[in-house]
Amino acid sequence: MKEIWIYAEVREDRVNEVAYELLTRALDLKGKLEDSIISAVLMGRNIPDADKQELIKRGADRVYYVDNPLLKDFVVEPYSKVLIELINRYKPEIIIAPATTQGRTLMPYTAVRLQTGLTADCTGLDIDEAGNLLQTRPAIGGNVMATIRTSTRPQMATVRPHSTRPAPIDESREGEVIEVDVSLTEEDAPVKKLEYLKDKTQVVTVQDADIVVSGGRGIGRADNFKIVYRLAELLGGAVGASRDVVDRGWITYPHQVGLSGKTVNPKVYIALGISGSIQHLAGMQTSETIIAINKDPDAQIFRVSDLGIVGDLHEVVPVLIERLEALKNEI
Amino acid sequence: MRIIIPIKQVPETSNVKMDPETGTMVREGVESIINPLDLYSIELGIRLKEQYGGEIIVVSMGPPKAQEALREAIAMGCDDAVLLTDRFFAGADTFATSYTLTKAMEKLKPFDLIICGERATDGDTAQVGPGLAALLGLPLSTFTSRIELEDGCIKATRLIEGGYEVLSLPTPALVTVVKEISDPRLPTLRGKQKAKKLEIKKWTAQDMEADTAKTGLKGSPTRVVKTFNPKVAREGKLIEVKDEKTLAQAVDEIISLLKEKAAI
Ligand SMILES: Cc1cc2nc3c(=O)[nH]c(=O)nc-3n(C[C@H](O)[C@H](O)[C@H](O)COP(=O)(O)OP(=O)(O)OC[C@H]3O[C@@H](n4cnc5c(N)ncnc54)[C@H](O)[C@@H]3O)c2cc1C
Ligand SMILES: Nc1ncnc2c1ncn2[C@@H]1O[C@H](COP(=O)(O)O)[C@@H](O)[C@H]1O
Repeated sequence: MKEIWIYAEVREDRVNEVAYELLTRALDLKGKLEDSIISAVLMGRNIPDADKQELIKRGADRVYYVDNPLLKDFVVEPYSKVLIELINRYKPEIIIAPATTQGRTLMPYTAVRLQTGLTADCTGLDIDEAGNLLQTRPAIGGNVMATIRTSTRPQMATVRPHSTRPAPIDESREGEVIEVDVSLTEEDAPVKKLEYLKDKTQVVTVQDADIVVSGGRGIGRADNFKIVYRLAELLGGAVGASRDVVDRGWITYPHQVGLSGKTVNPKVYIALGISGSIQHLAGMQTSETIIAINKDPDAQIFRVSDLGIVGDLHEVVPVLIERLEALKNEI
Repeated sequence: MRIIIPIKQVPETSNVKMDPETGTMVREGVESIINPLDLYSIELGIRLKEQYGGEIIVVSMGPPKAQEALREAIAMGCDDAVLLTDRFFAGADTFATSYTLTKAMEKLKPFDLIICGERATDGDTAQVGPGLAALLGLPLSTFTSRIELEDGCIKATRLIEGGYEVLSLPTPALVTVVKEISDPRLPTLRGKQKAKKLEIKKWTAQDMEADTAKTGLKGSPTRVVKTFNPKVAREGKLIEVKDEKTLAQAVDEIISLLKEKAAI
């Protein structure tokens, strides 16, 4: 029997939704890989049972759970030690983790210690005739797609968040929660987490949001960002930005989308006054739907847009906001 | 402080043109540059040196041409450079790269800090930094946006989803940094002169006692089996706003698309 593992990321003591996206991937792979089961690996401290059950209802046949005070917050050294012990014990065929800051720290740290291959930030996963994992990812800023195969075991990959829907709950599903004991000492945790500072300018973070509304130089000045915020708020989305406006100090760096900022993959990306440089596109062109407003009909952003509005954003956005407000009041 | 900064030379992609017929990148005439995200690690290193004294050694694995990147780092203010170059290193994936760089770091011991860029803009993996930390057994902070030294420890602020977290790392340690950490300086005239004259050390697999079964293509557990152009399945509908009527139409279209995508 072959095990397909997903790393169930925990944030603030709860399983993060991104784990359910991985279950969608794993369910697909399970259908293609003979004699396989799905196991979720979960570590932390006092994770609610309901979260473990939810992993099962959404597709996991097994949940390996490791509870330890040293796993209360994500710190790579003890997390990796536990993951390696689990891997050595249960010998999974495939391990996928989200390409979040956690996944992109834990997986490369773990893969080299196991002397196995790891593919970053995949947007497509498949199984070939021989039962190998085919890992497809954007490269060179999303201008080329590459399919990668791993000759060693386990085959490991991180998967771009939002590149698939979360697996739905099926109340009839059953599975097993296996508590695994892994001994950890203070020596396994040389790095200490001192504090967490929540970013108050981001109700939702760009990487986590289903909708991202981004502003570029066309916004005109820092103060005008309030229309970007208002639009994002009405849509329940996050505020993004081009590098140009970050460098001008109109908005802070965590909002920056692109090559030297964050990669986002929302359902809807709205670009306001952004020209669509290759570096900006690198961070958002895999978004499901792209809407752009730009007064230049030749702007590059229109080349990747589903809907492009050629016009002054200062005319269009206020009308759009008004309409959305009216819609809200109707409900 | 003795600081080691691994840097990569990458193709300059900011002026990249796409072939409109094939949709592929036009590679001809593309220059090579320092990975733009490595400029932030170099700048951080120089600032730490200015504050605490010490020296910075830049290391790159690549073809002989990669020494250009090392010279540029010297021109910015780094002190010494090592080029890891050998035909056995060609075609390395992130595992083989992490291994090869690890062998170089072992030779460069002792050091206090290794600073990596968040990721290289060609491969875009962000895997080498963590891989290096794991093989060297160094405490790690990724996506670091700020560091301070406190009682022999490094206080690192990481940019993560939803905010920042602060870690305390004993030294020696490895950090990978994001753009927010610094604002890179330009090379100085004096630096450029130094860069021109500096004899760059060149190390082969043998010099580092590296196991060539773990380097280059041979040592790489991953293989690219296919490359293709991304499907751009975009509708590409354009509406020009000229008057009240087209404005209303544009807004209608946005709203109906948002509704279709269940965004509202
Ligand atoms: C190494 C490197 C890394 C980089 N990383 C990033 C990155 O991570 N993210 C990123 O975004 N960029 C990045 N860049 C910068 C990138 O090359 C562009 O400079 C930047 O994206 C431009 O930002 P912009 O589109 O806001 O500004 P501009 O290119 O100046 O475009 C502004 C647009 O607004 C339009 N406009 C103006 N007024 C209005 C109006 N009233 N209504 C409607 N439209 C209007 C204009 O027609 C224009 O198209 C990077 C560059 C380099 C070299
Ligand atoms: N060939 C290389 N030589 C030196 N440093 C490298 C090399 N490849 C990657 N790095 C370092 O690892 C970081 C991340 O690269 P990557 O994992 O390839 O995205 C870079 O910013 C460099 O600091």
